[in-house]
Amino acid sequence: MNGKSETTEKYLKLYHDNIDKISDNSAPYLNSFREEAFGRFSELGIPTKKDEAYKYTNLSLFFDHDYASYFIPDAADFEKAEEFRCDISDMDTHGIVLLNGFYPTINEKLRQLPSGVWIGSLNAAAKKFPEIIEKHYGKYAHTDTDGLVHLNTAMASDGIFVYVPEGVILSKPVQVVNLVQAEVDSFSQHRNLIIVEKRAEFSIIICDHTLSPKKFLTNAVTEIFVGEDAHFDIIRVQNEHNAACKITHTFIHQERNSVASSNNMTLHGGLIRNSTYHYLGGEGAESHSFGLFLADKWQHVDNFVNVDHAFPHCTSNQLFKGVLDDMSTGTFNGRIYVRPDAQGTLAYQKNNNILLTDDAKMDTKPQLEIYADDVKCSHGATVGQLDGDALFYLQSRGINKREARLMLMFGFAHEVIQNIKIEPLRDRMDNLVMQRLRGELSRCASCMVKCG
Amino acid sequence: MLVINNLKATISGKNILKGISLKVKPGEIHAIMGPNGSGKSTLAAVLAGREFVEVTEGTVTYLGKDLLSMSPEERAKEGIFLGFQYPIEIPGVSMVNFMKTAVNEHRKHKGLDPLSASDFLKLMREKKEMVEIDSKLANRSVNEGFSGGEKKKNEIFQMAMLEPRLAILDETDSGLDIDALRIVANGVNKIKRPDNSFIVITHYQRLLDYIVPDVVHVLYDGRIVKTAGKELALELEEKGYDWIKKEVENSILA
Repeated sequence: MNGKSETTEKYLKLYHDNIDKISDNSAPYLNSFREEAFGRFSELGIPTKKDEAYKYTNLSLFFDHDYASYFIPDAADFEKAEEFRCDISDMDTHGIVLLNGFYPTINEKLRQLPSGVWIGSLNAAAKKFPEIIEKHYGKYAHTDTDGLVHLNTAMASDGIFVYVPEGVILSKPVQVVNLVQAEVDSFSQHRNLIIVEKRAEFSIIICDHTLSPKKFLTNAVTEIFVGEDAHFDIIRVQNEHNAACKITHTFIHQERNSVASSNNMTLHGGLIRNSTYHYLGGEGAESHSFGLFLADKWQHVDNFVNVDHAFPHCTSNQLFKGVLDDMSTGTFNGRIYVRPDAQGTLAYQKNNNILLTDDAKMDTKPQLEIYADDVKCSHGATVGQLDGDALFYLQSRGINKREARLMLMFGFAHEVIQNIKIEPLRDRMDNLVMQRLRGELSRCASCMVKCG
Repeated sequence: MLVINNLKATISGKNILKGISLKVKPGEIHAIMGPNGSGKSTLAAVLAGREFVEVTEGTVTYLGKDLLSMSPEERAKEGIFLGFQYPIEIPGVSMVNFMKTAVNEHRKHKGLDPLSASDFLKLMREKKEMVEIDSKLANRSVNEGFSGGEKKKNEIFQMAMLEPRLAILDETDSGLDIDALRIVANGVNKIKRPDNSFIVITHYQRLLDYIVPDVVHVLYDGRIVKTAGKELALELEEKGYDWIKKEVENSILA
């Protein structure tokens, strides 16, 4: 066994069984990374609780399971995805519907929007725009510790590609609706690449839904390049059922004076792990990392953030909040790494959690590594109940206790939601969160699956 | 309107209120003064229904009902308003949403339909002008980032919105500059009607230059030790509380 766990062995075998089929369909440049990544994965393996970054998250529940299929897309798979329409009717977006992370093959794989913007399949883009792909693909997803990122690089064959050329301001956001659906328990991995060139402005919304009540495991990697003076926002809305496990790794590389934000809104899901890596790779860059989750029953939500201040005069801000009900559990791990040259750094971190029951549990861990002198850094973490004084204040104005509790929880969540700049989405999130807190279903009206 | 009879209360086992009796009639303004630690804020907390205060003896009757058996929200809907000494900041909850929920709970209690969005905003506007609160404050989260004076003005604004029958203002004047003090006092005077009453708890006499009380009580060591007309406040301002303390001690010795 070479000291490798049984679980890891299973995924080594999965690679050997599928690599020919994967490589046959993939662009050569994507294939050129596979062998080395596979090597790294075989050294690191599937993370266990012995890995510092996964200390409180038990992946074995999902990785030990035998999935009937490793999802490699097929034209026939996409018909249902095409029928799906998101119901945020007043949100004007460029829409993409994905199935299990893959771009449909029945329409054009790559679509050109005004001003030379391209959205579509990464694999198709790798064939059509090799020079762009070679400049960016595999350049930002760096990790020496997380085997899952390497597993993705070794096996992923497609995902979303977005290219926003220099100076182009896309006023409408791109909305990606990612449907997870299969008739058997499935494991899928996709790979996204988003390129926002100099002075461009762009935002993307990624909505994850499950459409069939099977067990799903998704391991997705997204690489994002944000050029000099560019503005970029990514918002994820995760709404999946309790038998779904979603693992996302998002690597945001920022150049000089760029501003980027990431917002992970987790409404529902069995086991969720979001790793967000912010690399401040040029003077004056500014990054924001937001997250909100609402968990109940046996759900587990893990947010891992790594902010790397590599250049002087950059600003970073982290705000993560969780509301945990029943016996749900959560983890926050926020690292701020300030390199010796990164003078004039401003770095903030805040993690607040509310436990609604005695059985809910939250582990929160700030990790500050500061090697420069001229740095302003603050962090704070709280795990507690609703504020009794605030509750009384609302009651003393005639608001009943139940409603007052809801208002406080909503207010707590709204502090994260208010950072969403797209107004219809912000209103929608407020609504979904309120419904979720009231114990009503937060799924979108057109969704076919009851997430309960 | 309000009858307090021999009220005794403790906080974590410590006796704070040691037998308070007080009657407030409609249209009256009562001032409760006294040195720090005499039990003024505890009395306000009991009347508003805070759980950390335990009533061990006595009764409080409000409009013929047993006040102590009512929840804080019931008391509010029956017309009691507490102006907080330290108003609470509630990030993420907008003033508009807060007041709309509160006003509509009051309306529901009276058997009225909820206000429409436009009628509610109109009401907000009227009351904002009435109490001279900055329009922008009402668009923010409840008390979040407000200055001390803004928080107190916001209490008066909420009072104007909810039109209480009995308002208890707990050291609303503390920490206010003279302009803010005038705005707070003017707010109270505009809200005052022949059928509503105020209990104004204060440490200093200066608020009473603007809000003229009908009755002044001095609370000391958990008891009301002196009750008189508005001239008592001036006397206290001039002589401080020491002579009262002496009087009390002498009477105990005698």
